[in-house]
Amino acid sequence: MNVGIVSYGYYVPRLRVKTADIAVAWNKEKDVGEALGVKEKAVGAWDEDSCTFAVEAARMAVQCSGINSQEIGAIYVGSESKPYAVKPSATIVAEAISATPTLTAADLEFACKAGTAAMQMCMGMAESGMIKYGLAIGSDTAQAQPGDALEFTAGGGAAAVLIAKDSGGKANLIATLNDTYSFTTDTPDFWRRQHAEFPSHAGRFTGEPAYFKHVIGAVKGIFEKTGSTPKDYDYVVFHQPNGKFPTRVAKMLGFSDASVKQGLITPFIGNTYSGSSMIGLASVLDVAKPGQKILMCSYGSGSGSDAFTLTVEKGIEKPGKRPSESVLDYINRNKEYTSYVGYIRNRNKIKHLE
Amino acid sequence: MVQAISRIWRSIKQRYNLEGVHCEVCKESFFPKRTICPNCRRKGKLVDAKMPHTGKIYSYSLVYSAPAGFEYEVPYFVAIIELDNKVKIFSQVVDSEVDKVKIGAKVKAVFRRVQAGKEEDVIAYGYKFTVV
Repeated sequence: MNVGIVSYGYYVPRLRVKTADIAVAWNKEKDVGEALGVKEKAVGAWDEDSCTFAVEAARMAVQCSGINSQEIGAIYVGSESKPYAVKPSATIVAEAISATPTLTAADLEFACKAGTAAMQMCMGMAESGMIKYGLAIGSDTAQAQPGDALEFTAGGGAAAVLIAKDSGGKANLIATLNDTYSFTTDTPDFWRRQHAEFPSHAGRFTGEPAYFKHVIGAVKGIFEKTGSTPKDYDYVVFHQPNGKFPTRVAKMLGFSDASVKQGLITPFIGNTYSGSSMIGLASVLDVAKPGQKILMCSYGSGSGSDAFTLTVEKGIEKPGKRPSESVLDYINRNKEYTSYVGYIRNRNKIKHLE
Repeated sequence: MVQAISRIWRSIKQRYNLEGVHCEVCKESFFPKRTICPNCRRKGKLVDAKMPHTGKIYSYSLVYSAPAGFEYEVPYFVAIIELDNKVKIFSQVVDSEVDKVKIGAKVKAVFRRVQAGKEEDVIAYGYKFTVV
């Protein structure tokens, strides 16, 4: 395809909860979190939600792009923790980056892969000439029922990518999105019905028939479509429901551990759902050099995976094109620990706060 | 107390993007918006202008006894922020280490919920500041 990424942004909330503290609260083994490959997770403050995360990520992407935000023709926000059931977050983001009123905007939901679905929509619209720039955002304040196994991994964060057609280098791409391939089936491994407060999941069923089947299906599909193999990629980024699945699926597909490491962020901030693979991609773009190849594959329960192949372009080396601080530096520097009680209070899980 | 929807809606540009006005005659900026330049009166020429998103703490206070709607947030910092263009605005200061909230500390604007109300209410979003 003749489209690519103009710039990217990310946001991770400052507060952290240690998984050992969650274990203490629920009388579980202290190393439950570590067994899942997550020592601590990022959680929003009392005045944050998936929409405020999305705005921060979008603002960073727009700032790095150097474009006039009025030229953005589409904004899609992928999330499963929208602050409103009815009323788009995308309009709030559009207003907050001064992109209104001439644009199309909508919220998307596909569990953890709505952000990459947004990327595909922007790719198609940019390639066809319907829009000049499209902003695709994945953002979640990952929800988990107190005491549930999910609570050990569910974190919060967002990432945004600004997508445009490559018009002979004029669009100033930092990476070309060479191709995409999706693998989708009806697999009820994780869900939340309309008025349910927290998602439910099918335990072990979320592994083999869900995550692994779809990620492997999408990656093998894009290998076949592009005629490439794991050796052709310098970096690989997967959806990261915990710290273990991405490294396991990488091995199954024949990728080296070294190619996974840079994009593996869940061990430090938890699973950021729609933001997960996109924050991983942001971390890879923080260090990738022109000419290097990246393979990215999301996973959303329900279920589906979107795979992308990218080539890093020279534009990435231009001053100001990358955010001023890398994802890893930011999450290491900007953090403050809160207790388990502080976390459930902030996330409105204590009922009388509603 | 939750604000009227019309008031939340009218404040969107001001609260999301710090949109105020700038007088092209006396070159002074004002926030929130004014309809007449207080310096030049009828001779002034006001145009919409976004305020800078960075500045420093001019003065601050730590609130323990909050007004209705903010009870669960205590203790929280409120501050007068002097923006880089010298305009002073009032705001909460969040996500900052307690000992770093000081007069003169550099701050930047962040996007947060200002008031969420109850399940049935509209959420008011807007600026707050954080120490950088």
